[in-house]
Amino acid sequence: MAEKKKGLFSRLVSGLSKTRDNIVAGFDSLFLGYDVIDDDFYEELEEILVMADIGINATTAILDDLKEKVSEQHIRRPQECRQLLINSIKEQMAVGEADYEFENGRSVVLVIGVNGVGKTTSIGKLASLLKDDGKRVILAAADTFRAAAVEQLSQWADRAGVDIICGQEGADPASVVYDAVAAAKARKADILICDTAGRLHNKKNLMSELNKIYRILEKEYQDAILETLVVVDGTTGQNALVQAREFSEAAKINGIILTKLDGTAKGGIAVAIQSELGIPVKYIGVGEKIDDLQRFDADSFVNALFEVPEESSDREEI
Amino acid sequence: MAFESLTEKLQNVFKKLRGKGRLTEEDVKTALKEVKMALLEADVNFKVVKQFTKSVQERAVGADVMNGLNPGQMVVKIVNEELVSLMGSDMKELPLKPGSEITVIMLAGLQGAGKTTTVAKLGGLLKKNGRKPLLVAADVYRAAAIKQLQVNGEKQGLTVFSMGDKISPVNIAKGALEYARENQFNVVLIDTAGRLHVDEEMMQELSDIKEAVNVDFTLLVVDAMTGQDAVNVAKAFTDKVGIDGVIVTKLDGDTRGGAALSIKAVTGTPILYAGMGEKLNDLEPFYPDRMASRILGMGDVMSLIEKVEASVDKEQAQEMQKKFKKMDFDFNDYLTSMEQMNKMGGIGSILNMLPGLGGKNKDIEGMIDESQLQRTKSIILSMTPAERSNPSILNLSRKNRIAKGAGVDISEVNRLVKQFEQSKKMMKQMPGLMSGKSGMRGGFRLPF
Ligand SMILES: Nc1nc2c(ncn2[C@@H]2O[C@H](COP(=O)(O)OP(=O)(O)OP(=O)(O)O)[C@@H](O)[C@H]2O)c(=O)[nH]1
Ligand SMILES: [Mg+2]
Repeated sequence: MAEKKKGLFSRLVSGLSKTRDNIVAGFDSLFLGYDVIDDDFYEELEEILVMADIGINATTAILDDLKEKVSEQHIRRPQECRQLLINSIKEQMAVGEADYEFENGRSVVLVIGVNGVGKTTSIGKLASLLKDDGKRVILAAADTFRAAAVEQLSQWADRAGVDIICGQEGADPASVVYDAVAAAKARKADILICDTAGRLHNKKNLMSELNKIYRILEKEYQDAILETLVVVDGTTGQNALVQAREFSEAAKINGIILTKLDGTAKGGIAVAIQSELGIPVKYIGVGEKIDDLQRFDADSFVNALFEVPEESSDREEI
Repeated sequence: MAFESLTEKLQNVFKKLRGKGRLTEEDVKTALKEVKMALLEADVNFKVVKQFTKSVQERAVGADVMNGLNPGQMVVKIVNEELVSLMGSDMKELPLKPGSEITVIMLAGLQGAGKTTTVAKLGGLLKKNGRKPLLVAADVYRAAAIKQLQVNGEKQGLTVFSMGDKISPVNIAKGALEYARENQFNVVLIDTAGRLHVDEEMMQELSDIKEAVNVDFTLLVVDAMTGQDAVNVAKAFTDKVGIDGVIVTKLDGDTRGGAALSIKAVTGTPILYAGMGEKLNDLEPFYPDRMASRILGMGDVMSLIEKVEASVDKEQAQEMQKKFKKMDFDFNDYLTSMEQMNKMGGIGSILNMLPGLGGKNKDIEGMIDESQLQRTKSIILSMTPAERSNPSILNLSRKNRIAKGAGVDISEVNRLVKQFEQSKKMMKQMPGLMSGKSGMRGGFRLPF
């Protein structure tokens, strides 16, 4: 476990490096540069959180919570305040075993999101991850809209060594899903993963198309756990909140796949989404290769965000 | 929603800022605090926001508050103007080489930004403009990327050059250029793989392509939904590869799109196009004014400002009509009408408001030299207030000084003064035109 954690952490650290150095430098100087916790201190703290894409609303919520604790616990030192902040974000972002229940039963995973966030790639990676766990996985290529989308997923199916159900480009995606459910039942698949076309959440007709797909899965595959994952590009700013909210209207969302964390973006928007909508991050994407998908670990994520060395994070759990 | 509460907050702050006259430092600071939050909520990079509000503060303190606006709204007006000018640029289109000479354009950006789709859209646009573009599939990494470009290119009736995914992108680019020369294509559009700005090897690949085929324009494709990280991306692409323009995609979404401002601030290169949808003709020119109000997200305040501006213009117009009648029209008024004209969208749109000109507009427009207008403006600006309000005192030495100040020949100053006298005379002869009833609909006068 410690081994695995370290891998994820160092990966995140190296991935989230450069910009975060600035942020962290800002963070450290903030905590070291203040003798007392006052308005200026909070103001600067607010700025730092906003710069991590956490957003002004979530930042305010976090700071309110922090202020309350600081006064309750009579905290005087900025350093202590920092640890408190880190802990409260960790607490908020934590996921439990129950969040991955669908991995173990018969289930169908619906993957949705706006254009180009990494849906198809994440499905390829997830299929591989689950197959390595000994699961029988089938993919459904229900993006019949974008040019060469079906071919793209087929290549991932090959790489992961799993089956795929395809429709023609231009075919009704709902019918592809329908066929895929039948195939999953017939072949006794453990997990069926459905790719969908990228769509902007403000397009009414595309969102109702998605809702139709969701309802087919609900109705036609009742003995499977229905797990809907929305893919969020870690580089995205505040709009990701709106995305999560709008996609929740079309389907009940169970979790987030946060991608592209191998860049310099900090993915703070995930904190905002968790804070405002209560949707947990379940997986993170840290690259373009097949094994670049990992189960989300709140401790590592927040540590990486604030660059806390791994030992001290272990210590602080005592 | 976050954004609504911000607008509300802003309105409340503005209510507190009553009073007229000049903007005080206090007014500006209070209003800018809210503007700052709005920009952050729109994903404008924090450092950019800080710099931007600082420069606005310098400009705004001491500015006159327009009738009908409170100080807070006045600050927003100034902010909006600054945003527009920051995001605008003189270059609105790519200056392609003439005739059969080949212009090489390379599109680059992060994964999922929308490069492949944009290449096909841009190709279609250029084809419509009478060019012969060749699309080049140089993304050899992402699964089915080549096929995606081929399908899109075919839909657009465009030729797609591909050598499969076993050849290096540099060699594909070279091969494409050879093919373009042999087959008389005059624009080569290279689609590159999405890459992270911190991936040194992949960034080097772009530089290598650039060098190998003498890319004329490297365009950075950026997702409008990008957050704070946009500056790091833009900076890295600028430093490591060098970019000549920007295309912002997915603006058909509902993002506020602050990344556009961040990127313009960091790169200084023009934002050329906006991606407005998944269909292959959904590529539009970039409009800095639309983007500014979108980022600022203060719809209510902005429409109020527009209304006030319109009514102020009317007031000014009436004021000036009175002056015309009394014949005390001077160079200050001349300047005001020139500025109004600019605000109205230039001479062309004003000519359209003139009744009875019909199809002659085009001819008249052709006769007007915009740079001439600019020179006229600097001549007037080089006059002292006394000279502007009383042109009759303009003697030779004054004219000489003015010419120097404006950097023009004295003959131009003479011509302007003469023109001014003539138009005054003309006004006298056309009382009907100036009465505003049967005359110009908008009540605008022409400064010549
Ligand atoms: N660096 C990095 N790139 C990623 C990651 N996940 C996906 N990508 C890349 O992002 C780009 C878009 O990925 P896709 O999987 O095609 O995205 P999509 O959401 O299926 O796109 P559409 O179906 O067109 O809406 C590809 O170039 C992927 O290789 C990640 O975690 N890190
Ligand atoms: Mg896809």
